[in-house]
Amino acid sequence: MTEPTKTPLLNVLSLKERMKVPRQHMIEQPPLERNKTFTEVNLGYSEELARREAARCLECAKPACTHDCPVGVKVKDFVQLIVAGDFLAAAAKIREDNVLPAITGRVCPQEDHCEGGCLMGKKVEPLGIGYLERFVADYEQRHMDLRDVKQASPSGKKVAIVGSGPSGLTAAGDLIQKGHKVHVFEALHEIGGVLVYGIPEFRLPKQIIRQQVDYMRAMGVEFETDVVVGRTVTIDELLEEEGYDAVFIGTGAGLPQFMGIPGEHFNGVYSANEFLTRINLMHAYEFPRYDEPIVDFRGKNVAVVGGGNTALDAIRSALRLGAGKAFILYRRSEAEMPARIEEVKHAKQEGIEFQVLTAPLEFLDDGKGWLKSARCQKMELGEPDASGRRRPVPIAGSEYEIPLAVAVIAIGTTANPIVQSTTPGLATTKKGYIQADDATQKTSRKGVFAGGDIVTGGATVILAMGAGRRAAKSIDEYLSNPELW
Amino acid sequence: MLVTAASPQLPQNVLSVKRRTLMFKILYAEFLAPGIKRFVIEAPRIAHKYQPGQFVILRLHEQGERIPLTIEQADPDCGTIRLVVQSIGKTTNLLNSLNAGDSILNVVGPLGKPSEIENFGTVVVMGGGVGTAMAYPTAVALKQAGNRVISIVGARNKELVILEPELREVSDSLMITTDDGSYADKGFVTDKLKQLIDNGTRIDLVLAVGPVAMMRAVAEMTRKEHIRTIVSLNPIMIDGTGMCGGCRVLIDGKSEFACVDGPEFDAHSIDFAVLVQRNSTYRDAEQKSLQEFQHDPQAQIAAVRAGQSGCCKAEGGTL
Repeated sequence: MTEPTKTPLLNVLSLKERMKVPRQHMIEQPPLERNKTFTEVNLGYSEELARREAARCLECAKPACTHDCPVGVKVKDFVQLIVAGDFLAAAAKIREDNVLPAITGRVCPQEDHCEGGCLMGKKVEPLGIGYLERFVADYEQRHMDLRDVKQASPSGKKVAIVGSGPSGLTAAGDLIQKGHKVHVFEALHEIGGVLVYGIPEFRLPKQIIRQQVDYMRAMGVEFETDVVVGRTVTIDELLEEEGYDAVFIGTGAGLPQFMGIPGEHFNGVYSANEFLTRINLMHAYEFPRYDEPIVDFRGKNVAVVGGGNTALDAIRSALRLGAGKAFILYRRSEAEMPARIEEVKHAKQEGIEFQVLTAPLEFLDDGKGWLKSARCQKMELGEPDASGRRRPVPIAGSEYEIPLAVAVIAIGTTANPIVQSTTPGLATTKKGYIQADDATQKTSRKGVFAGGDIVTGGATVILAMGAGRRAAKSIDEYLSNPELW
Repeated sequence: MLVTAASPQLPQNVLSVKRRTLMFKILYAEFLAPGIKRFVIEAPRIAHKYQPGQFVILRLHEQGERIPLTIEQADPDCGTIRLVVQSIGKTTNLLNSLNAGDSILNVVGPLGKPSEIENFGTVVVMGGGVGTAMAYPTAVALKQAGNRVISIVGARNKELVILEPELREVSDSLMITTDDGSYADKGFVTDKLKQLIDNGTRIDLVLAVGPVAMMRAVAEMTRKEHIRTIVSLNPIMIDGTGMCGGCRVLIDGKSEFACVDGPEFDAHSIDFAVLVQRNSTYRDAEQKSLQEFQHDPQAQIAAVRAGQSGCCKAEGGTL
C-alpha cells in the first residue's frame, strides 16, 4: 500500500534508559463508575503518553513481537513512527498487515502474541503494543479523510466473503487492496459478526467497528446484510449464477453449547450468545427506547458459567444491568482461565466475584418456570487432560445451593451447520467444522476457502484475522492461476 | 465520563462514504380482517429460495426488535413474498400501520426447514386464526403432492375467518368453525377433528398451525389415536440462524432450536408447558412496548418512514 518507511533515528534514549521508563498506564474510567455504564472502560493514551511509551521500544534486530503476531504487524516500524510523531504514517504502517487496528488494539490478547514475545517483558513490563496500536488507530479515525483512501486498480476478478466477522473483514481488506471486487455477505442486520453481537460496548464501542467498516467501504468493499448464505443463497449459486471467482467462508463459531443439566430451559437461563446479542446487537440495556427486552437484573443474583472472554463480557454486562451480586462459576482454577489477563483484572476491580473450582449440577425454579437457584458442586484439580490443563474432579459431598435469578451459560460453541449442509463436497471434521489447509485455508472445494472459528472452533479475533489474511493471499494466487489449485 | 484526547468520535469525513441502501419495499398491503393484514414485499433473493413452511425475520427501524413471520407465498418471477400479519405486540401493530410504498428495513430468510411434502394419503390441515395463512402454503404443496386434503379453519368470529376461498380451492373438503357461532359452525377446530376421528375417517397426517393452546389440544387428541401430527412453532427468536439458542424448545426432553431444527416439529414430542412458559418471559416488557406505541402510534410510524427516506442510514441493509 505504501512504500517501506525508513526507521527514523529519533529515539534519544539509550537502551538502559529505556528499560528504566515504566510502562505508561492506559487511562481508565474508575471501576465503580464504569460498572454502571456501557461506555468504554479504557480511554486511550494522549499523544504525550503514547510517545513516552513508544520510546521504551528496544528496537530488537529480530523482533519477536512481529513474529508472534498472527497477522505479522511490523511493530518496531510503527512504534518508531510514533516516536517520530508521525501518527498517520504509523497507522498506515499497521494497515499494511492489519485492516482493523482500532479493533485489535482493543480486544487482542496481546500477552499471548506481540507483548508476550517482547524482550523487555523478560526483565520489566513489556512494551504497551496494544495500547499504542489503539492510539494510532483512533488518531487515524479522527484525522484521516476517507476521500484520501486509495482504491487499487481493478483486476476484473470477483470474490464473495461469507460472514463479516474478523476473518471475513480481514480477507476483504487484503483482497480489495489487490484490486479484486469484494462483496461481503452478512446474516445479521449489522456488519461485524461477533464484534457487534458478541463483544460489549464497554470493551469495543460499535462506533469503532462502524468507522473501520467505513474505511473498508472507502477502499471499495461492498457489504450486503440480511443474507444467510446456505439459505438465502448457496455457495454454488454464488460461484455459478452470481459470477464470483472465489468464495471465502468465515461464518464463525455458531451454535451455543448448553451443559445438558436439568433446568436449562427455565426463564432466566440464557446462552452467552443470546444474552450478549440482546445487549450488544439489540441494545436491550436501552429498553424501551430500543424494542428488545431483557429480564430484570436489578438487585438480583446473577452467575455466568465459564472462564473465557465471553464469560467475562457477560458477567460485566450483567453488573451494568444492575445485578446485585455478579459472579463467575468456573470449574477449574483461575490459572486455567482462558480469558485475557486485562479482562480478569477489570472484572475484579468492578466487583465481580470469582467462584472457581465450582460447577453447577442443576438449575431449580420457583414453581412457575423462573430460575430460583443452582445446585453446585466443588471441584479439585486432578491430572492434566487433553487440553494440557489440569482436569477438574468433583469433590464428593460438596454440593450446595446458591440463589440465582439469572444464569448465563458461556462454555463455548459448536459448528453452525448451515453452510456445510448446503454445500455439496465441502469436507468437514468429525465435529462439523469446515476442513481447511493450515497454511492456505483452502477447502475440499475448488475456489472455496475458509477460516476463523468455523475451521478452528471458538478462538480469538486475532487468530481469525490471521486465517483471513492467509486465505486472502491464497485467493489472490488462486485467481491468477486457478489451474494450479 | 472522563474525556481525553483519544476518546473516539465520529469524524465528519465518514459522511463522504457512499452507502447504497437496500431495503424491502412494500408493493401491496390490504387488511384481510380486522387486525390481520397481507403484505406483498419485494425480496427477490428470498422469493427465489422459498419453500413452504419457511419464515422470515424482519426489523422495522434502527431501534426495532427482530420478529419471525411465516411466509404465506412467494413469487420468484416477480421477486416478491407475501406475509400475513396479525397485530399483537408493538412491532406487528407498527407493521400493520404501513402501506404500499413504505419499506421494511431488514427482511432475512427464508429460514427454517421446509415442510415435509410427500404423498401421505389423507392429510388434515388445521388453521387457527392467523395460523390459517401459515397452513395454507403447506396445504397447497400437500395437495400438489397427491394428498387428499381436508382443511379445518377456526376463528373467533366471522370477521376473522381468512383465506376461505383460497383454502376451498386446494381442499377436498373444508370445514369452518367460529368460537361464537357467528359464521359456519360454533365451536373449535378440535371439535371437527374429533368428528372426523369418530366417523372413522382414515387420517395419515395432521398439520396444525395456530395458537399454542390449539396446537396442544390437537396434539393431545391425535396422540391417543396414534395419528402423526406436525405443528409449526413460533417461539421468541433473535437471529434465526441457530446462533443465540433463544428459541430452544424441549423435544423428547432435549433442547432443539426452532429456527434451524424447526419451525415444524412432531407435536407428540413437544413439551408444550415449557413452550408456554418460555413464551411468557417478556410479557411485561411486551405490554409496556405496546402501551408506548398505542400512546402515540403516529410518532412511531413517522420514525419508521424517516428512516426510509434517509440517504445513508447508520447501518443495516447497505451495499
